[in-house]
Amino acid sequence: MPETSGQHRADITFKLITAFCALAVIVLMGGIFIELLRNSLPSIRTFGLGFLTSDAWNPGASEFGALSSMYGTLVSTGIAMLIAVPLGLIIAIYLVEVAHPAVSRVVGGAVELLAAIPSIIYGMWGLFVFAGVMQDHVQPALGETLGFLPLFQGPPMGIGMLTAGIVLAIMVLPFITAVTRDVLLMVPPVLKESAHGVGSTMWESVRSVSLRYGRRGIIGAVFLGFGRALGETMAVTFVIGNSHRISASLFAAGNTIASSLANEFNEASEPLYLSSLVQLALVLFAITLVFQSVAHVWFGKLQQMETGQR
Amino acid sequence: MPMRYSPSAVVVLCLLAVMLVATVAPAAPTINGAGATFPEPIYALWMSKYYELNGVKINYQGIGSSGGIRQIEAGTVDFGGSDAPMKAPDLAESGLMQFPMVVGGVVPIVNLEGVAPGQLKLSPGLLAEVFAGEIMYWDDPAIRNLNPDIKLPHKAVTVVHRAEGSGTTWIFTNYLDKVSAKWHEKIGSGKTVAWPTGVGAKGNPGVAAYVQRVDGSIGYVEYAYAVQNALPHVSLRNAAGEFVQPTVESFQAAAANADWAGAEGYYMVLTDQPGKATWPIVGATFILVHKEMEDAETAKVMLGFFDWCYKHGGEMALEKDYVPIPENVVAMVQESWKTELTAGGQPVW
Repeated sequence: MPETSGQHRADITFKLITAFCALAVIVLMGGIFIELLRNSLPSIRTFGLGFLTSDAWNPGASEFGALSSMYGTLVSTGIAMLIAVPLGLIIAIYLVEVAHPAVSRVVGGAVELLAAIPSIIYGMWGLFVFAGVMQDHVQPALGETLGFLPLFQGPPMGIGMLTAGIVLAIMVLPFITAVTRDVLLMVPPVLKESAHGVGSTMWESVRSVSLRYGRRGIIGAVFLGFGRALGETMAVTFVIGNSHRISASLFAAGNTIASSLANEFNEASEPLYLSSLVQLALVLFAITLVFQSVAHVWFGKLQQMETGQR
Repeated sequence: MPMRYSPSAVVVLCLLAVMLVATVAPAAPTINGAGATFPEPIYALWMSKYYELNGVKINYQGIGSSGGIRQIEAGTVDFGGSDAPMKAPDLAESGLMQFPMVVGGVVPIVNLEGVAPGQLKLSPGLLAEVFAGEIMYWDDPAIRNLNPDIKLPHKAVTVVHRAEGSGTTWIFTNYLDKVSAKWHEKIGSGKTVAWPTGVGAKGNPGVAAYVQRVDGSIGYVEYAYAVQNALPHVSLRNAAGEFVQPTVESFQAAAANADWAGAEGYYMVLTDQPGKATWPIVGATFILVHKEMEDAETAKVMLGFFDWCYKHGGEMALEKDYVPIPENVVAMVQESWKTELTAGGQPVW
């Protein structure tokens, strides 16, 4: 019958198109990896593994090392996660469990709006507004109270590692909050009701039922924010201070892999300079891959544990 | 049966969309350039004026001198801009020609409460020590001795330098390299150097923004950026031992020493020049073009613009505190255009 044959054809087309699109992702990933590897070969040949352990970055003398950029990437992301994860969870719990639905809608909308702000705006706000607040109030206060720690020593410049970390935290907060909220909303009401039924307080029910039930989704939310913080470029470039040095103090200027690429890629005129920048990108690629894999393994373990328990 | 779009219809629609985008007709030739941010204020003014008068669009992206050299070598732009002159052998190797467009001054700028423009005096050696991170606080005795009438705060010095390859850095470090043996030994000069201290910002505008932001900071920018952002500049002691202010006159005094006729490939450095009125950190900014141009029409339009800048852009340059290239040098440059620039084997000028 013509109609069935038409249906059949449509099915095949549909399958082909979807398969092609899915395959395109693999091809793209592979292509990016190969291209990065190919272009970093001169740098890999020159510096070998020393590239990862050297903090030298002196284009004039053709000396390049990734250590300060790797350090800055991980530290700024670490600061962001330290702030954004607890804050995001608390906000999500408030929105789902505590707030009046009307309040929840307004606050939830505002949080989602944060995610829609382009990163360049965060960068400009960070440099022209927030850095001033950091320099005049936050950093002097931290220096006075916690100045005995090397982390909070040095002149308050406003810009630097700490400022970059906090701006990043604000940027990833909406992702963590929004996903966590959706996860918490999916917890079956009957579970929560039974928790209350056996006399749990609100916090006990959240901790032992909602967070436990949704923990895989919440870990997913955290990794989503983490991945975004790792690669964020524009906002960080504005406020981190762009210096290839490793400092104990969070007040000092630093750089991340993404910010170095944004600053220097267009201007790198020497082949080895360019190749070293591409290798930096390769390192970021590898870091992301490692964290993704860790997340996957962890996910699998959690799933096993859960099915084992049931 | 619900209606289904056949896949071929989708393909045809996609093709149509692509063709629509592709057939947007090219307008009158647009010239694209990229490079140094140092001359960007005056280039922008010239280009908008030229467009107003002749309807010819010239685009210029301030991406830094290193970027300008890289883009013109790669052929992605019609001309590159650089404040760091290329040496004649390098020009020959890349098949490029270079000529000076305008002369300007680099000035140290500070953000220090209570310090007015031109009030803070620094000697060449002191300037080098500040940028080398050897002077940590603004009330250092060495700075106080030179400035007995300013009440300097006990504030940490934050050096602001360029984060990317820059001709302004080239001129500035070329100067520090000349005047300080210690700087020469430890840091040297170039479009990028290994700064021992401080924070990096992108482009002249970025340095100005950082200095404006950070209390107790010192940076270096092309003079127009100091004026635009109302950032206090520093008064420097020149080679003749006089403390001078950055002005068109003091830049002109430096430029007057230039011997363009003896400069192979127009390679010219104007830092630390003699003369009582001379501002010590001055440099020419250069245009780079391919000697063998792809298209004679584009080449003519582009050179026509440069010719107009030389002949009619002087007033505007002076207004923006740049020094125009003297007429006899322009004649030399245009003679070089005639002999060196071709398209398809034919001279284009």
